Amino acid sequence: MTTTTIETAARREIPRRAGFALSEKQAWGLLFVAPYVAIFIGFVLFPVGFSFWLARSPQLYVDLAADPIFLRTVINTFIFLIVAINLKMALALFLSGFFTHKRWWVKVLAVLFVLPWAVPSIPTILSVRFMLNPEWGVINTLIFRLTGEDGPNWLNDPALALSLSMLVHIWKSLPFWTLILLAGRLAIPGELYEAASVDGAGAWHRFRYITWPSMSTLYVTCTLLSMIFTVGDFNSVYLLTGGGPADLTHVLATLGIRYLRLDQIGLAMASIVCALPLVLPLVFYMMKRLSK
Amino acid sequence: MRPRKILREIGLEAGLLLIGIPVLLWTLIPIYHMFLFAISPKDAAFSGQLWPTHPTFRNFEMVIGQKHHFLYHFWLQMWNSLVISVGTAAITLFVATAAAFAISRLRMKGGRLVMNMALLTYFIPAAFLAVPMYKTMGMYGLLNSDWSLVLAMATLSSPYAIWILRQASDKLPVELDEAAMIDGASPFQLFRLIYLPLMVPSLIAVGTYALLLAWNEYLYAFLLLSKDTAITLPVALGNFLSADDSPWELLMTAGFLYALPPAAIYYAFRRYMSSGLTAGAVKG
Repeated sequence: MTTTTIETAARREIPRRAGFALSEKQAWGLLFVAPYVAIFIGFVLFPVGFSFWLARSPQLYVDLAADPIFLRTVINTFIFLIVAINLKMALALFLSGFFTHKRWWVKVLAVLFVLPWAVPSIPTILSVRFMLNPEWGVINTLIFRLTGEDGPNWLNDPALALSLSMLVHIWKSLPFWTLILLAGRLAIPGELYEAASVDGAGAWHRFRYITWPSMSTLYVTCTLLSMIFTVGDFNSVYLLTGGGPADLTHVLATLGIRYLRLDQIGLAMASIVCALPLVLPLVFYMMKRLSK
Repeated sequence: MRPRKILREIGLEAGLLLIGIPVLLWTLIPIYHMFLFAISPKDAAFSGQLWPTHPTFRNFEMVIGQKHHFLYHFWLQMWNSLVISVGTAAITLFVATAAAFAISRLRMKGGRLVMNMALLTYFIPAAFLAVPMYKTMGMYGLLNSDWSLVLAMATLSSPYAIWILRQASDKLPVELDEAAMIDGASPFQLFRLIYLPLMVPSLIAVGTYALLLAWNEYLYAFLLLSKDTAITLPVALGNFLSADDSPWELLMTAGFLYALPPAAIYYAFRRYMSSGLTAGAVKG
């Protein structure tokens, strides 16, 4: 009896409130997004717009092109993106398969494996830097003890130094992508694998016909996302090599900061503007993908 | 079991170990090397031994007692890191929770636009935004204040936070809101009494994410803060690099102490982190 009265009362209530509620909802909505919109305008839109304005002079781009470091930096960035990311994602795909195995020690290893990602970059990258010190670093000490010869001067060779930066980058971000791909693998129904095993499919066939088709979209998304993040990876290069030797290992992320520290903010912004043709297509593609 | 099957099992175990052992070494060597430095007497960490002949806590005493001129402000800088991380987490939670509520639950007009603003920010490489951010923080007169770094980090962390919270919020049934509206609940009551309590696990994930992001940040911290008493710990550690006679063993010890809290927090909230944070990426 009471419930029916409440229901009828409520039903009578709705039409009267509906028009009012809609605008009220909208007003509350505006209030609730206001803090974020304020942050976006104050710390993204205005800074970025202002910086574009600072980078408007064509002369800046002439100067930039004339700087030999810039060309080297662009090449380094491409090498970094292509080699480091593909290597990292392939490893992550492989290791995500490894971590699906149910063993107690694989579980323990999975917990430890996340450490590089959970721990701040600076102490660990500096630790690697000390390991590589040519005179007293542990690596060259071991090389000397084992072979009686001096090890290479790791960070003084641009090619070696850039490769080591890539390794540091992979060390740091491999766990994150492995976890994401592992989650993707675990979402594949187990019956598919069981059916395949009954049909006598080997490991390669299971991967080729079940795992890969279910994961390829995720894998491509992750690769593109990782590209965007890696373009902005300052730590792996700066903390390991500082851009050296002789500014030969800079990437775009560190070059902008280098110009900034030399008080050439125009050049800093110009170098970032030059990276936009590389970054913007990725950004738009990712936004289309994620803003469904 | 037939012998062939047993052989195959052994082969699988051997293969797994063959992958597992290199992965373990690869993961732990840089961290162990740091730890080894921290417990070795000066000049003994370079010898390539797996365990120092005379392990010592002297380095920890030096760092904790601030007994070196590089470390005079160690605790103050640790405090700065803490204040900035907690501030970032608080602002991120406030901003992102509210925005996700408006977009997902109130389905406000323009919500899509706000979501796109957030995604666009998320996709600007962090090092690229650093230059404009530094310039404008100078114009706002915030350089060298905690606020500059807190606001910068909140700018970086809230987009992903909004994205994750919106995903989680979309999963809550609409009927909850409808029922509450019929009972005469205002949008604010919906937010406080229905949305917030149900979102707690995601809020923990997002808060932890923002906290760790701010605690671990180096680039923005070193651009925006420069006074010895204003900088966070990572900037202080980076400053060791600029001197030739840096005490490496103390740097590694301080770095070890700096790395402990985020690792502990990560493991404490791992349950929330892995489900809350990977969900968004997998769905995309």
